[in-house]
Amino acid sequence: MSGADIAAIFQGAIVTVSLSLIGILIGLPIGLGLALIRWANVPVAARLVTIYVSMLRATPLVTLLLLLFFALPNIGVPVDPVSAAILGLVMNTSAFNCEVWRSSLMNFPKDQYEAAQAVGMRAGQRFRRIVLPQIIPVSLPGLVNEMSLLIKVTPVLAVVGVVDITRAAVRIGAETYEPLPPFLVAIALYVPIVYALVSLQRWIERRQRANEAAA
Amino acid sequence: MIHDFGIVWSERALLLSGLANTAILSALSAVAALLLGAALTPALMARHAAVSWPARGFVDTMRCVPFLLFAYIVYYGLPSFGIRLDNWTSGLAALTLYNAAYMAEILRGAWAAQPREPIEAGVAFGFPELRLFRRIILPPLLLAAGPVLGNQMIQIIKDSAFLTVIALPELTHAASSIQSRHYVPFAAFITAVFLYWGLCLVIEAGVTTIGRVADIRR
Repeated sequence: MSGADIAAIFQGAIVTVSLSLIGILIGLPIGLGLALIRWANVPVAARLVTIYVSMLRATPLVTLLLLLFFALPNIGVPVDPVSAAILGLVMNTSAFNCEVWRSSLMNFPKDQYEAAQAVGMRAGQRFRRIVLPQIIPVSLPGLVNEMSLLIKVTPVLAVVGVVDITRAAVRIGAETYEPLPPFLVAIALYVPIVYALVSLQRWIERRQRANEAAA
Repeated sequence: MIHDFGIVWSERALLLSGLANTAILSALSAVAALLLGAALTPALMARHAAVSWPARGFVDTMRCVPFLLFAYIVYYGLPSFGIRLDNWTSGLAALTLYNAAYMAEILRGAWAAQPREPIEAGVAFGFPELRLFRRIILPPLLLAAGPVLGNQMIQIIKDSAFLTVIALPELTHAASSIQSRHYVPFAAFITAVFLYWGLCLVIEAGVTTIGRVADIRR
């Protein structure tokens, strides 16, 4: 394995990290939107969201990606590997995020919401000023946990042809007839990324517990 | 569209054998990973650093490594140690080793959260160590860990789909073959998605039943 090969894996790492970030940034608000639909019990839509979440949580990302990548062109929507990857990541992570947001919405104290109603706040205001600032810190550990899970499934993007860490490693392994070293480099790139997120999650939890103890 | 599903139906034998492979692979590795994890849990909680450090290192590494890369490492790496396995066995080995780390961590968490009093009462009553474990510690431990173990089981099923990259003939691989043979991508993969969903719903129902048993015992 030459220096150029290692550089290729690093280039793949940039692709992996950017696609994950895009997926996370789009998936967070969509997850919140889905959770709100269920929380507000919007007729029909709430049932559809329940089914969507249950199904997406049971679907392996590989299967979802293959479905998107091969079936969308079939119904006249052209997709390249990168857009199929982003769509797949967003669909997957939004379903998990929805559950995290929803559980903190369910635990949100009702009296506060009613107090806000009593002082005459409109629905949008109530959500922006009262609900959102409080559910964000509660949801944060769960959301960060979901981010680390998402990063851990990104090697699958290579299956539809995204040139990420894994695809670079597979190609180098095939060219040099030594598959093991490039995969070890790939793992050495993944471990610190996931470890950083796991540590972030533990740090947030510890800080929140300390704040609670102080309060 | 109906025609496409007709094609998938005509290939149902292939799809069902994929489903069977997914189910058997997941069940076997769930049991093996649970046993391996259970053996690892005391090591995680050991007082001696010489015992707890390697266990902690293994568990934390596995939790940071993507399963797909681990499966590649096992598939390509074992032969260089002189161990030759077919795709099925190395897939099973990868799935088991990887999830054993998660099982160990789940059991450790559940054990640490158990109340101390019943165990101390058991000790005071003079239970021998093994019977103390079997009668006093284990039953509430398994009931408490039930839902999380169920989630991990669903995770194992989803991880098993990654093994399509080492050409293990599981459900996603079967759907891929049908799609490439007849070019019916939507019908083939959506059928696979529904089958995965079905498997997960079965496990969720099982977890609910365990939860009900736990509630009755409480």
